[in-house]
Amino acid sequence: MVKKKLVLSFPPRLIQQPVTNDLIRKFDLEVNILRARVVPRESGRIVMELKGSSKNLKAGLEYLDEQGVQVDPMVQEMRHYGEKCVQCTACTAVCPTDALTVEPVTREIVFEPSHCIMCESCIAACSYGAMESQF
Amino acid sequence: MRSLEEINDKIKSGKVVVVTAEEVVDMVKEQGVKKTARMVDVVTTGTFGPMCSSGIYFNIKQSTPKIKCGGGRVTVDGVAAYAGWAAADILLGCSAMTDEDPRNAVYPGLFKFGGAHVIQKLAAGEKVRIQVRTYGTDCYPRKEYDAELGLSDMNNAVLFNPRNAYQLYNVAVNLGERTIYTYMGVLKPRLGNANFATCGALSPLLNDPRLRTLGIGTRIFLGGGEGYVVWPGTQHVPNPERDEKGLPLTPSATLAVIGDLNGMNDHYIRAASIAGYGTSLAVGLGIPLPVVDEEVIAYAAVTDEDITFPVVDYSEAYPLGRPGALGRVSMAQLMSGAIEVDGKKVPTGGMASRARGREVALELKQRIAQGSFLLTRPSAALPGAELAQGL
Repeated sequence: MVKKKLVLSFPPRLIQQPVTNDLIRKFDLEVNILRARVVPRESGRIVMELKGSSKNLKAGLEYLDEQGVQVDPMVQEMRHYGEKCVQCTACTAVCPTDALTVEPVTREIVFEPSHCIMCESCIAACSYGAMESQF
Repeated sequence: MRSLEEINDKIKSGKVVVVTAEEVVDMVKEQGVKKTARMVDVVTTGTFGPMCSSGIYFNIKQSTPKIKCGGGRVTVDGVAAYAGWAAADILLGCSAMTDEDPRNAVYPGLFKFGGAHVIQKLAAGEKVRIQVRTYGTDCYPRKEYDAELGLSDMNNAVLFNPRNAYQLYNVAVNLGERTIYTYMGVLKPRLGNANFATCGALSPLLNDPRLRTLGIGTRIFLGGGEGYVVWPGTQHVPNPERDEKGLPLTPSATLAVIGDLNGMNDHYIRAASIAGYGTSLAVGLGIPLPVVDEEVIAYAAVTDEDITFPVVDYSEAYPLGRPGALGRVSMAQLMSGAIEVDGKKVPTGGMASRARGREVALELKQRIAQGSFLLTRPSAALPGAELAQGL
């Protein structure tokens, strides 16, 4: 079994297509939607975790590509700007997945993008504009 | 043990021994108070956190014809400033905003730009736009003025905190049913998180809890430059309840501090946009403690385990002014990442930065060791305090 956290961007023409449904039914993939924003006649973006055999996952991603869905790894979606961050640690208390933690000795912020589920709680908690979402 | 003059002589000759308030903890654990006091001349402290009681006043150079800002209206980068003084003196508070800012009309407000951001820009060496509309007089005929000015274009620019360096502060939680937006940050409902605003064992006034070595006239590290303690801070409480180590248990000391904005920088002067609350200014502040007797070291050896803070509900108790806390927690517990309140594990987050407070203490240590920062004797003790005999 392979697990991947991805950001899917849909062009307007695909909004009406049940792409997620196809991933489940045709490719036997486990889909966990973490975030979604779909605007009719504009575009759609979904953050999802896909789980399945490596063969099925590969086939599913090829299908998405054929359909014209842009697939990006999620790491680029949330950014921690070290220069703006003052290491106050306010973000760590509201982060539900420990993507933002404090290094116990240096007391500095450690951002682990692979744990981030894009809930954006940290954005409001940060008074210094150090967390930015590209979503 | 040693006088302030002797310490300053050691600083000038490069023989001074300086340690930070964090470093002194381990020294005392290993070697005891007496030996450490014999070895160490100065202990440096540091803190860095948002303090809304921050502002600057500045004086602009007159152009021809002259203008009288006093009694007129002044904005800086669109932010309302106060000009109820002489012709060219202007005061700008960090919480001031532009007229166009929606505040909390769109809740929670973002407060992207306010007085704090103007102050940060100036500290960073950038220019700001000053606009004046006023009435004319025979000696000051000009009625309008509009210019981009930086610190070097001004006669003076001074940072002033009517209140800073809180000795003790609340740990904020939310017992309510909805997320609240406070000056203690975003507080999630039903004890979702607990926020604290202190540098603990590194914090200036927790290392000299009875204010024995500092007072009015003490030279300090301020915003990356130098400043002075000029008065007790507003809301200063002279005689708080204390524990057996002398640490305050109830609201206690604060300081009023001042310093030349020239020489400060945007690493230690940082604007904060606190969601749903407003703009504030994070200021790096450090105080050197002269080791004039063993007691100085005994107090400075305070640990994060020793210091406790009251846990206060900000959904009801704080806004409605109801007394009483939900208990006390130590700084060590707060720094562990979670505390326990009402039997529930609550994740903790900071408002003050221990990491940057540490930078303050280390930079102050370095300046003293290099001979570029001399210590001063306070002219007067703060209310409720008695200065050390040897000072």
